[in-house]
Amino acid sequence: MSVDFCGLELSHPIINASGTFDLLAADTAFGASLRAEFPFAAFVSKTITLAPRAGNPPPRLWESPAGLVNSIGLPNKGLAGYLAHDLPALSSLLAEVDAPLITNVMGATAAEIARLLEVCQAQMQIAAVELNVSCPNVKTGLDIGADPKQLEAVVREVRSRLAKPLIVKLTPNTADVATCAAAAEAGGADAVSLINTLRAMALAPAGHSESPWLGGGTGGLSGPAIRPVALAQVAAVASRVSIPVVGMGGVQSARHAQDLLDVGATLVAVGTQSFRDPLAGRRVALGLAAAGPKSPVSLRASL
Amino acid sequence: MRPQAPIARRALTVVGMQELGAYRVLRLADPDGPAPAPGQFSMLAAVQRWGGGEDERPHVPRAFSIARWQEGEDGMEAHYLLEDVGPGTQRLCELRAGEEVWVLGPLGQGFTPPDEGRRALLVGGGVGIAPLAILQDLLLQHSGTPATSTGAEGRRDLAAPTGVALLGFRDGAHAEGAALLQNVRIATDDGAVGHHGLVTDLLARELDEDPEAVVYACGPAPMLEAVRAMCAEREVPARLALESGMACGFGACFGCVVPTKDGYLRVCVEGPVIDAARLAHVDAHAGAPA
Repeated sequence: MSVDFCGLELSHPIINASGTFDLLAADTAFGASLRAEFPFAAFVSKTITLAPRAGNPPPRLWESPAGLVNSIGLPNKGLAGYLAHDLPALSSLLAEVDAPLITNVMGATAAEIARLLEVCQAQMQIAAVELNVSCPNVKTGLDIGADPKQLEAVVREVRSRLAKPLIVKLTPNTADVATCAAAAEAGGADAVSLINTLRAMALAPAGHSESPWLGGGTGGLSGPAIRPVALAQVAAVASRVSIPVVGMGGVQSARHAQDLLDVGATLVAVGTQSFRDPLAGRRVALGLAAAGPKSPVSLRASL
Repeated sequence: MRPQAPIARRALTVVGMQELGAYRVLRLADPDGPAPAPGQFSMLAAVQRWGGGEDERPHVPRAFSIARWQEGEDGMEAHYLLEDVGPGTQRLCELRAGEEVWVLGPLGQGFTPPDEGRRALLVGGGVGIAPLAILQDLLLQHSGTPATSTGAEGRRDLAAPTGVALLGFRDGAHAEGAALLQNVRIATDDGAVGHHGLVTDLLARELDEDPEAVVYACGPAPMLEAVRAMCAEREVPARLALESGMACGFGACFGCVVPTKDGYLRVCVEGPVIDAARLAHVDAHAGAPA
């Protein structure tokens, strides 16, 4: 089941979706059993920004039909805090389980992103960088990743700062995700990953004031509810670009992962299902291995 | 070091479901589970039909304090106190002996025992009495005090030096939950049982008599806020078991945060028990639905 992904040799094709697994908290909760049954072939960090972020005010969660709306707001210690506190612990744990570290970063401007990539380039414990482009442009207010022209320009401007693989995490909240993926590729991305959460909202339940429930106003929908959307978007992107695709969205089983692989994904990420079952990634990987190598179906050609 | 959960969920068999007034006590056989510390919790989900209830929920598991950990007929049993307040708790309340529940736990930071010579005052409200039961079991064991059940209105001379519990409930049906603990003094909102008023009225009296006590509290946010404010004013140490809606229970989702004096804290990994001095105020549960 080993997979080559942008030059990284992974033991299987299952990784975590950024922001759905905190390795250090999991270490506190699970200790030795986390190492003994490590769920992922590579580990993707939460989104790191230049400055620390507290995240959104609670409530941050809303359970919806077969899914979850979250409005977490990317809390993180900032780049300096990540390097000083998290990176040493993350890399020593990941060395024990032989899984590379992919650091997810987000910046509001090309200059901010360039700075984040430079610092990641200098850290040998970081194997690759995933760029979260679901960040509003400070001037236009439009998500950087939602506008193909802007996305291509930003990726092109920052690309030279990172010699390691650069994965662009696309936003699904756009008119044409395949065009955005092609723009990321044209700008120099080594891979794209999708789908991020779908923009969503919930009103307070009866008995509360009539206002948005989530402290952040709106949030992102994840879980099985978005799985068919993910499949369609991953299929569209994989048939458009020639770089590897990381597919994700509502994956709960090996069958769901195989669907994404069948439409052209190279890796599959497990996200919300890890909240229900922290071993979900491992179960999916074992399920894929048990099913055996699949004869290559050239679905990509037919899509 | 606190007890850690195996990363693999356990499918545990229901060995009992007892009505206790407005509540139910769910008993799960947990022969291989680690012994929890008082105040720790587990994430529970029915193995069958978790989903498909009201609004096609539940989807994520639900967090419950471990109310009791004791020897059963076939090894250790964990007990959980349930109240049907939403599609998740409703499904769990429907479970019958022989059915299975996914359990991830024990999770979180539990209660730390009081310093030698200081008396523990347990203050609970509603379904929040659950972690106080296992705490009291431990305190009674350690103090060597024989268990003395006093029924609804405990007399002071029967109260153990550790383990006295002040419990507040909405009404008589909820007050039946007090059977989970011993040496209880009860307050009810409607006066059906015990003191007609707030459990913090009882706490004020206890602290007048014993200002050296250490307070352990769990219950609805307004009760915890009243306990926090009273203990802060009297400079009494208080350990509060907080409740917050969670999706994961192990620090992954960042959904269960509460504000503290130095920023947001994840209730699932840094709590659920935290030192009251860290809070400026106990806010209403910031949570996902029940």
